[in-house]
Amino acid sequence: MTDTILDVRNIEVVYNTTVQVLRGLSLSVPRGQVVALLGSNGAGKSTTLKAISNLLDLEDGAVTAGAITFDGASVAGERPHALVRRGLFHVMEGRRIFEDLTVEENLTAATFALSGRGGPIPSFDTVYDYFPRLHERRTGRAGYLSGGEQQMLAIGRALIAQPKLILLDEPSLGLSPKLVEEIFTIIARINRERGVSMLLVEQNAAVAMAVAHTGYIMETGKVVIDGPVEKLMKDQDVREFYLGVAGEGAEKSYRDVKHYKRRKRWLS
Amino acid sequence: MDFDWLFFAEVTLAALGNSALLALTGLAFVLIYKATRVVNLAIGEMLMVGAYLFFSFTAGLGLPPWGAILLAVVGGALLGATIERAVIRPMLGEAAISVFMVTIGVGSVLIGLTEIIWGAEPTALPDFMGKAPIFIGDAYVSRKVVIGFSVAAAVIAVFLLAFRFWRGGIALRATASDQAAAYSCGINVPAVFSLAWMFAGAAAAGAGILVGAVGGIAPTMGVFGLSALVVVIVGGLDSIAGALIGGVLVGLLEAWCGTYLGGEYKMLATFGLLMLVLLVRPYGLFGTVEIERL
Repeated sequence: MTDTILDVRNIEVVYNTTVQVLRGLSLSVPRGQVVALLGSNGAGKSTTLKAISNLLDLEDGAVTAGAITFDGASVAGERPHALVRRGLFHVMEGRRIFEDLTVEENLTAATFALSGRGGPIPSFDTVYDYFPRLHERRTGRAGYLSGGEQQMLAIGRALIAQPKLILLDEPSLGLSPKLVEEIFTIIARINRERGVSMLLVEQNAAVAMAVAHTGYIMETGKVVIDGPVEKLMKDQDVREFYLGVAGEGAEKSYRDVKHYKRRKRWLS
Repeated sequence: MDFDWLFFAEVTLAALGNSALLALTGLAFVLIYKATRVVNLAIGEMLMVGAYLFFSFTAGLGLPPWGAILLAVVGGALLGATIERAVIRPMLGEAAISVFMVTIGVGSVLIGLTEIIWGAEPTALPDFMGKAPIFIGDAYVSRKVVIGFSVAAAVIAVFLLAFRFWRGGIALRATASDQAAAYSCGINVPAVFSLAWMFAGAAAAGAGILVGAVGGIAPTMGVFGLSALVVVIVGGLDSIAGALIGGVLVGLLEAWCGTYLGGEYKMLATFGLLMLVLLVRPYGLFGTVEIERL
């Protein structure tokens, strides 16, 4: 098990002690790999990430069963900031940059992740190398950055924290296709060059599959199918429901899609 | 009729002393609001306790003034930390209005405790600043006012710089901006809360000593916090610079109206200013207007 950085075993998550969102979800992230977690709205993808980084508390959620192991030790009972300092960085959905702070101050805030590790604080140039545009705007207020630049800053904060595992929640949210491509190219580069493992949550399955090694597809709180990306790409249902291509590889028109006729095999 | 400029200058200089104290109290308020979004109505009472602590250390234990000031400020910080840990943190996530009510309760408890420990009678603080008057040009200024003004101004300047350049200041602003995101950057959010309350408690205690030195101490001196509340609402609840400017505005206005129109117009002018500012700028003069990108 030494090559597994993150292991999630049969977790259940309940919000507000009444609403069950995850029902026995399991997944694992091998060290150095990118794992994609795909699924439609409300499947519980973001909840899974918050359960791992222990941010559920802030939203009245709780893990009621199962176990989460990060880097050989359980995350149960760990304060969120302590987990970050252990090397688990969560880039939250909607970017969540500090709008009133400048770009540089945002990066400085991320240096708190290094507390207690004793290493030197990395130069912000590592971030600016990946995202030259942030360098141009380093003294400007982050709230005035464009959506794409804000996402770059959110990922930049993760770089400063020098994590072992990054949880990336919908980096494509609200970005133009061109920007999505740019961001994902850099995500793949970060994984390749720095050996950071990543758990990537996405609605945009095609672009996620392009950078991931392994994929999990979840529906209503549990994993319905998983495997290496190559295998998933060949799966009929995945192709049709998540990649939007028909059997022969031709793009299907939305007019022809009749969801009520064609049932997903894994649910029956 | 000739306008007496010398008298006007003296009134203004004395008012600036009061302004600085208002600004310092406002700073204590802003620190807490900025970091924790708690509207702390007990700030006036925290200030009062600080003054009483100083009174105990000098008059009671006979410590030298500088030692007593130090201990009183540390005591104020501890008081802030205790209130945060014991009363405010369990209220985390509750409605803002509940927390607001709790701070009113804390204020009453502090008044009660003070009356039990020190009695309800107003007293004067032992004089520790000297009495020799100071003249700026021809205008006479009380020594206490000059010292009060300088100390308050210096403390505010230190806080302004710390917020801008110190790493901890950035953590505090980050926490104010987005708690969950602050956690995700590895910032120890509960510790930031404690820190903000400690700094606020220390600033309030310092303000209390200065206020007490000028006007004497009494369990009711917490009403000074009410003027400070006007100051921060005028300046913007989450702006240190706003507390500074608001303090000067309110202090000057109070003194000018009190002198030229009569004491009964003081409140009218202050709260008139409050209404005017709120009508024109609901966030206060320097308060953060939420950035909304669509």
